[in-house]
Amino acid sequence: MYRYDEFDAAFVHARVDQFRDQVARRISGELTEEQFRPHRLMNGLYLQLHAYMLRIAVPYGTLSSKQLRKLAEIARKFDRGYGHFTTRQNLQFNWPALKDIPDILAELASVEMHAIQTSGNCIRNVTADHFAGAAADEIADPRPYAEIMRQWSSLHPEFSFLPRKFKIAVNGGPHDRAAIQAHDIGLQVVRNERGEIGFAVYVGGGLGRTPMIGHKIREFLPEGELLAYIDAILRVYNLEGRRDNKYKARIKILVHEKGAEGARAEVEAEYAAHDRQGLTLPAEEIARINAYFALPTLATRSAVSERVERRRGKDAKFAAFLASNISAHKLPGHAIVTISLKPIGGVPGDASADQMDAVADLAEEYSSDELRVSHEQNLVLPHVALDDLPAVYDRLASVGLATANAGQISDIIACPGLDYCALATARSIPIAQRISEHFGETKRASEIGPLKIKISGCINACGHHHIGHIGILGLERAGEETYQITLGGSGDERASIGQITGPGFSSENVVDAVETIVATYMNRRDGAAEDFLSTYRRVGMAPFKEALYERSAGSDI
Amino acid sequence: MSEIITANRLIDGVVVFQELAGGWSEDFARAAIYEEKSATQAGLATAKQAELADLIVEPYAILVELRNGHYAPKALREAIRATGPTIRLDLGKQAQGLAPIAAIKPHAEKPHVSL
Repeated sequence: MYRYDEFDAAFVHARVDQFRDQVARRISGELTEEQFRPHRLMNGLYLQLHAYMLRIAVPYGTLSSKQLRKLAEIARKFDRGYGHFTTRQNLQFNWPALKDIPDILAELASVEMHAIQTSGNCIRNVTADHFAGAAADEIADPRPYAEIMRQWSSLHPEFSFLPRKFKIAVNGGPHDRAAIQAHDIGLQVVRNERGEIGFAVYVGGGLGRTPMIGHKIREFLPEGELLAYIDAILRVYNLEGRRDNKYKARIKILVHEKGAEGARAEVEAEYAAHDRQGLTLPAEEIARINAYFALPTLATRSAVSERVERRRGKDAKFAAFLASNISAHKLPGHAIVTISLKPIGGVPGDASADQMDAVADLAEEYSSDELRVSHEQNLVLPHVALDDLPAVYDRLASVGLATANAGQISDIIACPGLDYCALATARSIPIAQRISEHFGETKRASEIGPLKIKISGCINACGHHHIGHIGILGLERAGEETYQITLGGSGDERASIGQITGPGFSSENVVDAVETIVATYMNRRDGAAEDFLSTYRRVGMAPFKEALYERSAGSDI
Repeated sequence: MSEIITANRLIDGVVVFQELAGGWSEDFARAAIYEEKSATQAGLATAKQAELADLIVEPYAILVELRNGHYAPKALREAIRATGPTIRLDLGKQAQGLAPIAAIKPHAEKPHVSL
């Protein structure tokens, strides 16, 4: 893991002191709310529906046991004993008091964490593939590049007041687990024919009220040119992005207006026009950062664990967990374990302080002290020996974290929605809970196979509904919550924006509508190997629309 | 048309309601009900003073209505804000007995249908 050097440590501690002073001045009345608001937002502090909300950066989704224990401690001491993992790999506390925030930030700084650039019109926390550094199919670990961008973008004087927020994601393998094409800049690690590492660069993706899939503007950007090229993209955006209309201010609008070719030409022209030698990454600097993310020393082990196979044969629940929550590791005899934060009927992404401590203990004992947070609101133990899987599973089960549903219909992304969020127009968590309860941890749920349901409580789309295989958007109409459904969205390497089925559904009928969609898929699929998205892409919207609006009494036309 | 004035307390963000005497209470039941627009405006003017004195932030008026003899916020957003998260009844004002009575309909559910 990356460790702060003296500059990082001094910077983060200075920032805590600065904010402590700003909070004191606010409470004393020296600063008005209007003056204070930009300062609190730059430190991740929002005022939400019930209270303040503190959004803490988990850089590229990587946590150590010590850091997760600190988050648990803060949850107990300063909040309500739980935290919420978000779709941007961050953690939010929903109930902190303003007077306690400086102390919370000081606690975070003690474990090399902060809440800087988790809000505001700046380059936000860079996200990465949650299997980074462990996945069998990885081309290169995306985290060193994310860390380089973190260092470069922190308090970047030119890019701290962009037209709008700016999100960058990096993916390290051929399968996109970081939804890079739904980001302002998406970087896909690739190798060229000479075996050199570089990036395919996507620009102009984004969700929100105007969802767009990013355009690839570079097939191969040599790794040493990473910052120089991103600097050119941001220069073009900073100069030409709209500042007159916040709904048209994201780079996706600029790219859309210029067209992919126009945007590419402009970025390349800017790139060529200025000497960016100062931003070229020396190979030794890349190697220095890479060393922080080296694969931990793991013992050579047999590719098959007898202990696991014996248990698999006699324990159906354990077998189901293996089938859904275990992914291939780059070293034989090891596995990546996804810890689902989606217990049946639970709140997606929430973890209690006790659960955080239990997961931290497991990471320390069984996963080389490493953890990841996924944008799908789950936790990951990246380096577990196969022989240890039964013990890890039992420990997870003892704290209610062994739900065998990763990637399945009940592994639902949901934003906090109107239960917490000041911007929301409808609740999203109760919909997720009811869908989860409807399908349960059943044989049918596993037979349905990979199916991503994503729910947002407003058009800002924090729940990524546009790229859900089934997307649900909560809106308010005449004082009632209503839910619009989209089908066929995807956030992977074949990214697509979902299409609206038709008129929305009431809260009462939305779960039935999802059931109708799933039943239609099960009837139309070409065998169990054809997943929901493939079936949808083959048969199109028509059969689903017919089932929802012509044959079912459930719609609210 | 009945209105009350609400805000968040500066020091801890807790949702508060303006009382008749102009002070602020965590308890929805103590909120002053304004029946006239002019009364709301006067209440907001008082609230602005409290904001300047750094007691509260972002005061605004919300519509309330009588339901079975009890006042409750008209909009779902405000009902949830005055009550607490509907998915965690152990949190927010509902957990402290400070929420409006029956302000939120249960999230609509149908009887469970076995598959």
